[in-house]
Order: sequence, then structure tokens, then C-alpha cells
Amino acid sequence: MFENLQERLSKIFRSLTGQGRLTEKNINEAVRQVKLSLLEADVNFKVVKEFIDSVKAKALGEEVLKSFTPDQQFVKIVRDELINIMGKSAATLNLRHHPSVIMLVGLQGSGKTTTAAKLANYLRKSGRTVLLVAADTYRPAAIDQLEKLGKSIQIPVLTGDRKNPLIIVQQALEYSKNSQYNTLIFDTAGRLHIDEEMMEELQQIKQLSNPDEILMVVDAMIGQDAVNSALEFDKRLNVTGFIVTKMDGDARGGVILSITHITGKPVKFIGVGEKIDAFEQFHPDRVAARILGMGDVLSLIEKA
Amino acid sequence: MGFFERLKTGLSRARKALFEGLSQILKGSKISDEILEELEERLLMADVGYPTTEYIIEQLKQSKTNDALETLKEIMIDLLSFDSKLNSPDQPPFVITVVGVNGTGKTTTVAKLAAYFQSTGKTVVLGAADTFRAAAIEQLREWGERTGSTVIYHSEGADSAAVAFDAVSHAKAREKDVVIIDTAGRLHTKKNLMEELKKVHRVIGKVVPGAPHEVLLVIDATTGQNGLVQAKVFKEMVDVTGIVITKLDGTAKGGISLAIKKELNLPIKFIGIGEGAEDLKPFDAKEFVEALID
Ligand SMILES: Nc1nc2c(ncn2[C@@H]2O[C@H](COP(=O)(O)OP(=O)(O)OP(=O)(O)O)[C@@H](O)[C@H]2O)c(=O)[nH]1
Ligand SMILES: Nc1nc2c(ncn2[C@@H]2O[C@H](COP(=O)(O)OP(=O)(O)OP(=O)(O)O)[C@@H](O)[C@H]2O)c(=O)[nH]1
Ligand SMILES: [Mg+2]
Ligand SMILES: [Mg+2]
Repeated sequence: MFENLQERLSKIFRSLTGQGRLTEKNINEAVRQVKLSLLEADVNFKVVKEFIDSVKAKALGEEVLKSFTPDQQFVKIVRDELINIMGKSAATLNLRHHPSVIMLVGLQGSGKTTTAAKLANYLRKSGRTVLLVAADTYRPAAIDQLEKLGKSIQIPVLTGDRKNPLIIVQQALEYSKNSQYNTLIFDTAGRLHIDEEMMEELQQIKQLSNPDEILMVVDAMIGQDAVNSALEFDKRLNVTGFIVTKMDGDARGGVILSITHITGKPVKFIGVGEKIDAFEQFHPDRVAARILGMGDVLSLIEKA
Repeated sequence: MGFFERLKTGLSRARKALFEGLSQILKGSKISDEILEELEERLLMADVGYPTTEYIIEQLKQSKTNDALETLKEIMIDLLSFDSKLNSPDQPPFVITVVGVNGTGKTTTVAKLAAYFQSTGKTVVLGAADTFRAAAIEQLREWGERTGSTVIYHSEGADSAAVAFDAVSHAKAREKDVVIIDTAGRLHTKKNLMEELKKVHRVIGKVVPGAPHEVLLVIDATTGQNGLVQAKVFKEMVDVTGIVITKLDGTAKGGISLAIKKELNLPIKFIGIGEGAEDLKPFDAKEFVEALID
């Protein structure tokens, strides 16, 4: 369904072999192809426009290097710009306090509960002692779900009074004060960014617990509306980064460009499956290739 | 102002413009390049996707209308229209399976459908055929309690086809009206999981010939272009009969469903507009189109 960008571009540029420069005239059609490619990948329309303008400005007048064909050179400019935006800040966790609180937030069904267990498992490997906190009291069996996941990796799950997220958070903070646990991961209920009451609840949890990390969990298959929810969660909570889940499917993941571009916050991890260990560090270069619908071509450019 | 700040204000302006509504711009006006461009943008931002957007715009151009808004609505309603009757059999039980990728709202939709059928006086059995996800069974049982439906379940890790078999057999023996089977979320790219779903359907068909009568694919309204690929593969593999779009109570428009209808001729049968059992509505093309372009 999705034609590789490189193939499209080489068709367009074929006619210009021998021309030594990228000019307004010869890159217009190429720019259009990039635009279509990004839209297919679900990059937000406004972000596409901004991105295209900046790519065009960078490409204009650039000398085509001897080792490149014009289409290769153009793809390289696009690719570098994608990586530049997506990989701007270092994507490490910044855990300073004792205990250190990590809050997972996001829309319904994005993968928060699963990711809480994955993250707990990941952090334990680096020597941290982790307590999972079940602060979703709304979704039927959400607490059971986290308890089962915790049990499967032998990480304790605090369920507190099972009724009020703020009380549960309070109980977790009390409990961990003089305990062996140096890391608390809060699983919160899924919510819409336009749900005033539910968004306020998150702000209260934040105020109560002073988290080191507030990570928004985002589904890789999400489309144009991603920027609206990401902006609102960021505005309310000043998130520290994103975790993008379900990257094991065939969604191109344009959302990553959209949300990093718009919030300036990094993606820190990606989820690549339903199992607990299907969890990886984020690599902007790989995702750049994926957004453009091309894998091998980029490694060729790398070598050139 | 820094770069991000500028972009942010730009976006909130864009959002405002969205709220002002396309109606203001289009009402009673002839087609101009400006209007077409504005329209293209709206459709793309609603996840309709490039090919379907171009199709709609082409139709609008050809219409040479004096009222771009009305004509646009007509084109879109026309695109979405279908015979809205459910494929219920002459003899009960009416068997429905609910399928889709992870986290779209399948289990909640099963509960909503249960409440919907019960409100029309039908007896409902639910089958907990998601034996994979942690506490999926507990989740459905909780919904069973809340909606007053019988839930047939096995233990976690059990064969999902065996659960479906028991649920449908139970309904047949007890002369229940409707069976709704909740299945595990699965990405359409996972061959073995798609095969598993086929097996669930085969087993159901052995108990009740011709079943499942409806195979509803649940698509999250926030889904982008991948929704079309999901629909295509699920349709090929398990003969999907209709789409349920969930989470339309958010700001996402669910525009990918236009592409799904156009490319695959799969109708939207219900929409989900909240997390409660009552938050399900039969699909109404006119309402949907108005919400999408406004
Ligand atoms: N394929 C795949 N599935 C995932 C991934 N992460 C989560 N899931 C699945 O997505 C579905 C939803 O995950 P949850 O962890 O329950 O999502 P949530 O955000 O906690 O949902 P709510 O609490 O209802 O808002 C489940 O079926 C998970 O198994 C991933 O990286 N890949
Ligand atoms: N706002 C809103 N939330 C919904 C809607 N439908 C479902 N949800 C929520 O979305 C989340 C996921 O719903 P589930 O029904 O568990 O989704 P699922 O497809 O069964 O998930 P898996 O079985 O893990 O693949 C839950 O938090 C639901 O409450 C809807 O129409 N609107
Ligand atoms: Mg959850
Ligand atoms: Mg489910």
C-alpha cells in the first residue's frame, strides 16, 4: 500500500541526474512526495507543513555530493531533520528522590498498566527496588490486572484502599518512606484530555507525590488527534517524556514526530509486544526510517 | 517566542478554527480553490486519509454546486450509507464476536452490546474468550454482573475456542437470544493470533451453522491510517461484517472509517461515546458527518 519514499523520489529525480544542485524547481515535486509520505505515516498535518518548510530551506542550494545521487541527498536531508527533532534531548530517566516516583498517564487503552509492569521489570534489572502502585480505581478489574502482572514478575503491587486514587497514592508514599523500595510506579486510569475532573485528579496526584518522571503512554497507531491530547497532558502536568506502545505492529509511528515536535519532550521507551520484556530504548534513527517507509536504503546512505 | 511556543499558539488557533466550524465557511457558498484547500485540510486532520480526501474533493468539484456545505455532506453521507439491519438469524441464538487490535475497547463494547440487547428484552450470554490478557476474564465478569448477563469463562491461559464453544452451546441449550464473544486484542500482523481467531469462528460455526452472524471490528476513533490496514486484514481473515468506532467522546473524529467504508465496503454499525454500559449508539451517518466536519 505504501510506496517506499526512495522509490518515489528516484523516479522524480531520475530526470535531473547531472544537475549539481538542489533548486526550488527540481525539489518541488520531491517535497510533495515527502509530504504525502509523512501524512500516510500519520504525522500531524500542521507538523508536516512546518517540517516541509524547514527541509526545503535546508535543501535549497545545497551542493549535491559526488557520492550521492540527488534523491539520496534529499532523503538524507529529510532523515537528518527527522532525527534532529525526535532525538533532541537525552532520553534517560532522571530519578533523584528517595523514593523516586514515576507516574504513567494517558488516554484509555494506550498501554499504561502493561507498561507499568514492563518498566518495573526494566528498572529492577538496573538494581532498583520497585513497588507498583494501583491507582486506577475506575476501570473494571484494573487493580486485578496490575496485581497479576506484578505477581508474574515478582514485583509487589500496592493496592491500598482500592477506592480512592489519592488515598492510595498517600498510602504508597507513607509505606515506602522507610522501606527498601526506592522507586514507585503509579498506574493511573485512562482518561480523555478534555475530561476536566479526571485531569485535575492527575494534577492532585502530582502535587501530592512530586514525581521525578511523568511519562505519557501513547499508542503508535494514533492519528492526527495525538497532538491535542499530548499538548493537554503536557500543559496540565508538564510531562517529562513519552512511551510509545504497540510498535510491534505495522503502524509507521508518525505520532513520534508529531508529539516530540510539538512538546519538545523526548520519547524515552517503546513497547514492542504484550509480554513484559517487550520493551526497548528509543532509537530515533530507526524510527526515522520507519516513518519514511524505508529500512535498507538508509543504511546504504549511512555507508556512502 | 521560542519555536515550540510559536507552534503551540499556532495549534491552539487551529483548534479554535476547528470549533468555529466548517459550516461558517462553507454555508451557501460556491466552490473556490480556497474552500477546497480548507476542506482538504479538515478532512486530513480528521484522519480521513489522503486518497479518500482527494476522492471527496473530486466529487465536490464535479458537482458544480451552489452550496458547498450541503453537497459535501451529501457526498459523505452517501459514502457511509448502508443497510443498517443487523444480520440476526431467524432462529436464536444470535452470535456476535467482537475483534480488534489491543486496547480499542472490545470488552467494554461487549458490555455495551449486552446492555443494548437486554434493553430490548433479550437474554444475553457473554463468552470470555480473551484468556490471554491479565484479568481480562475478571473484567468481563464484572461487566456481566453490572449488566445482568451470564458469563461463560474458563481459566487464564485456556483455549479461547473452547470458551467460545461452551458459551454458544450454553446459549443454544438454554434458548438464550444473544451470545457475544469477547476476544483478546491482537495486532493484525500476528499470523498465529489471527489463525487462533479463525479457529474460534470455526468452532462457533460447528455449534450453530452460519454463526457468527456478526463479526464486529472495534476501531478506536483516535486511530490513524493504520485503521485501514487493520480493517483489511481482519476482513480477509475473519469476514468482518461491521465496524464499531469507540471513544468518539474525545476530540478525535474517527475519519478513517470513511476510508474503510470506501475501500472495503465495511459499514459502521455502532459508535461508542463513553466508558459506561449505556454509552453505545447505533450509527447514524448524518450525525456522524456533521460531527466530523464541524
Ligand atoms: N502488541 C502490543 N500490545 C500492547 C503493548 N502494550 C500494551 N499492549 C496491549 O494493549 C492493551 C491495553 O493495554 P493496557 O496496559 O491495559 O492499557 P491501559 O492504558 O492501562 O488501559 P486503561 O487502563 O483501560 O486506560 C492490552 O491488550 C495490552 O496487552 C505493546 O507494546 N504491543
Ligand atoms: N472514553 C471512552 N473510553 C472507552 C470507550 N470504550 C472503551 N473505553 C475505555 O478504553 C479502555 C480499553 O477498553 P477495553 O474494553 O478494555 O479494550 P479492549 O479492546 O478489550 O482491550 P484489550 O482486551 O486489552 O485488547 C478502557 O479504559 C475503557 O474504559 C469509549 O467509547 N469512550
Ligand atoms: Mg490500565
Ligand atoms: Mg478486552
